[in-house]
Amino acid sequence: MLTFKLAIRNLLGAGLRTWLNVFVLSLSYVVIIYINGMLHGWDIQAKSDMVHWQTGEGQYWHKNYDPLDPFTLSGSFAPIPASLKDKADRGEIAPVLVSMASFYPEGRIQSILLKGIPANQKVLDLPTSAFSGNIPEIPALIGKRMAQANKISKGDLITVRWRDQNGTFDAADVRVADIFDSNVPTIDAGQIWIPLDRMQSMLGIPGEATLLIRGKEPWPALTGQEWVAKDLKELTAEIDQIIKTKSMGSSILYVVLLLLAMLAIFDTQVLSIFRRQKEIGTQIALGMTRWQVVRLFTAEGAMNAVLAAIVGALYGIPFLAGQAKNGIPMPQATDSMGLAVADKIIPVYSISLILITIVFVLITATIVSYIPSRRIAKMNPTEAIKGKIQ
Amino acid sequence: MESNHTVISLKNLVKTFPMGNRDFTALNGITLNFSHGEFAGLVGPSGSGKTTLLNIIGTLDSPTEGEAFVLDQSVKLLTQKKAAQLRSNRIGFIFQTFNLLPVYSAFENVEFPLLLQRMNATQRKKAVTDALEWVGLADKTKSRPAQLSGGECQRVAIARAIVKRPEIVLADEPTANLDAENSHNILQTMERLNKELGTTFLFATHDEKVIAYLRRIVKLVDGKVASDQLVERK
Repeated sequence: MLTFKLAIRNLLGAGLRTWLNVFVLSLSYVVIIYINGMLHGWDIQAKSDMVHWQTGEGQYWHKNYDPLDPFTLSGSFAPIPASLKDKADRGEIAPVLVSMASFYPEGRIQSILLKGIPANQKVLDLPTSAFSGNIPEIPALIGKRMAQANKISKGDLITVRWRDQNGTFDAADVRVADIFDSNVPTIDAGQIWIPLDRMQSMLGIPGEATLLIRGKEPWPALTGQEWVAKDLKELTAEIDQIIKTKSMGSSILYVVLLLLAMLAIFDTQVLSIFRRQKEIGTQIALGMTRWQVVRLFTAEGAMNAVLAAIVGALYGIPFLAGQAKNGIPMPQATDSMGLAVADKIIPVYSISLILITIVFVLITATIVSYIPSRRIAKMNPTEAIKGKIQ
Repeated sequence: MESNHTVISLKNLVKTFPMGNRDFTALNGITLNFSHGEFAGLVGPSGSGKTTLLNIIGTLDSPTEGEAFVLDQSVKLLTQKKAAQLRSNRIGFIFQTFNLLPVYSAFENVEFPLLLQRMNATQRKKAVTDALEWVGLADKTKSRPAQLSGGECQRVAIARAIVKRPEIVLADEPTANLDAENSHNILQTMERLNKELGTTFLFATHDEKVIAYLRRIVKLVDGKVASDQLVERK
């Protein structure tokens, strides 16, 4: 108790020197929490977007369907199970039919995936209600990336060519009913979405689908050999892997930031012991043991971290709360980073992140303060009293 | 105020320091006794061993040979902890350069030894206030050392040394950084404390102003006692 009392008195007595150290250390707290909160928020946003735009809460795939092998598509469809018909009609599940196709932007041919989805589906965030507009041609939805890459605008006519189930080529004009803006590139680039019933009729397979996407409502297990269940964990395995890889990167950043803060404490302690030899000698002469002085200097270093947590909280809480409420505006999305970046990332600061950071900084600060303070135990007090450098 | 009770007993004390390839002998066979309530000084030129002897008596150093008993405890046999306890409770120090803790106020500097003794807050406040009044600094309690003159700093240092009512005060060149007027004020204060509280004062000095106040003068030359004389003062 005496050690902490004296440590606080020494720190407060040192005035500006203390507050500069404390402010620098508090910046470390806030920056560590800010960056990790932003990266965590980004991960959550990426996964949430994927669920809302692509995977739903789970899927059934036709047994032949392999999204990485387009040649499987011609044989990857089956009638929507009767047990799910009502749900599909109510939009509670989203049957999707997938087929290879081509389209002709500005006279060039380009392979695409043509996807059929019901206009009334409520499972994904795709604006399929645009299909219900008064459009004489086949209404189509395309993503922002697809539109930008091919200079397509809302209302444009696009010629699409496909092969039906008998292998016969056919073509039609589709009208771009809407251009959606999603952070999930895998539902956007190289894809055109049209109404499911029109696509079924184009391919000559009415009532059939390649995959069935479910929302939050549970559905009965499908029996038979046609459909294979894919749970959310499996569907998001890839993004989970990307997040895991990215987490390693953020851990390195965490350690680097922490090391910088600890370097500041270490330097301060070394300088402090170097400059305060006379004080150390005097304290020993007045009745402190060497180890009491070691403890005092270690406590001062650790108290720096405690004060930094308090100061960091004073300006960090409003700042971080503001960021969590309003989000962090991000520059133009860069899909090449592995996860799509939204226009705005909402950081997520978990209690565990904050507590772990505080405890970790506190423990590390104590250790880093102790290491140089051990020198005091070896000092000759008679030399220290005179302020002689040892 | 002096009594026959011996508070410091030194017998054939030798202290050597390694210096290059050989040893330097700072103290060479010192035998001395100091009684309770003495106002004595170790005098001699620089390098005569005054400060070394004071450090051993203050349990900050230990002798190479011989025996040093301070307040009935052998300096050689004291553990670090026991030595610290002895300094904390029974020995006060006054240094040439005051050695005040720079970030503390005058009050906090004087309070420091009492904190180490874990004295309760009320008693502490009273003792510190009394000590500062004694040295005439009751109005400077909140001043930091940087805001005080040299004389005032040394008076704070005296207050710090006597606040715990030690049996011995060791003062190493206490007036070396003071002008004549301040030196006399300080010495008068210490003389008064010696008379009123019975505290034993032992100085290490070569300042004539200090020597003029001493009632016993031990002259050291090359680590040996060259003379030891009592001086009658009014």
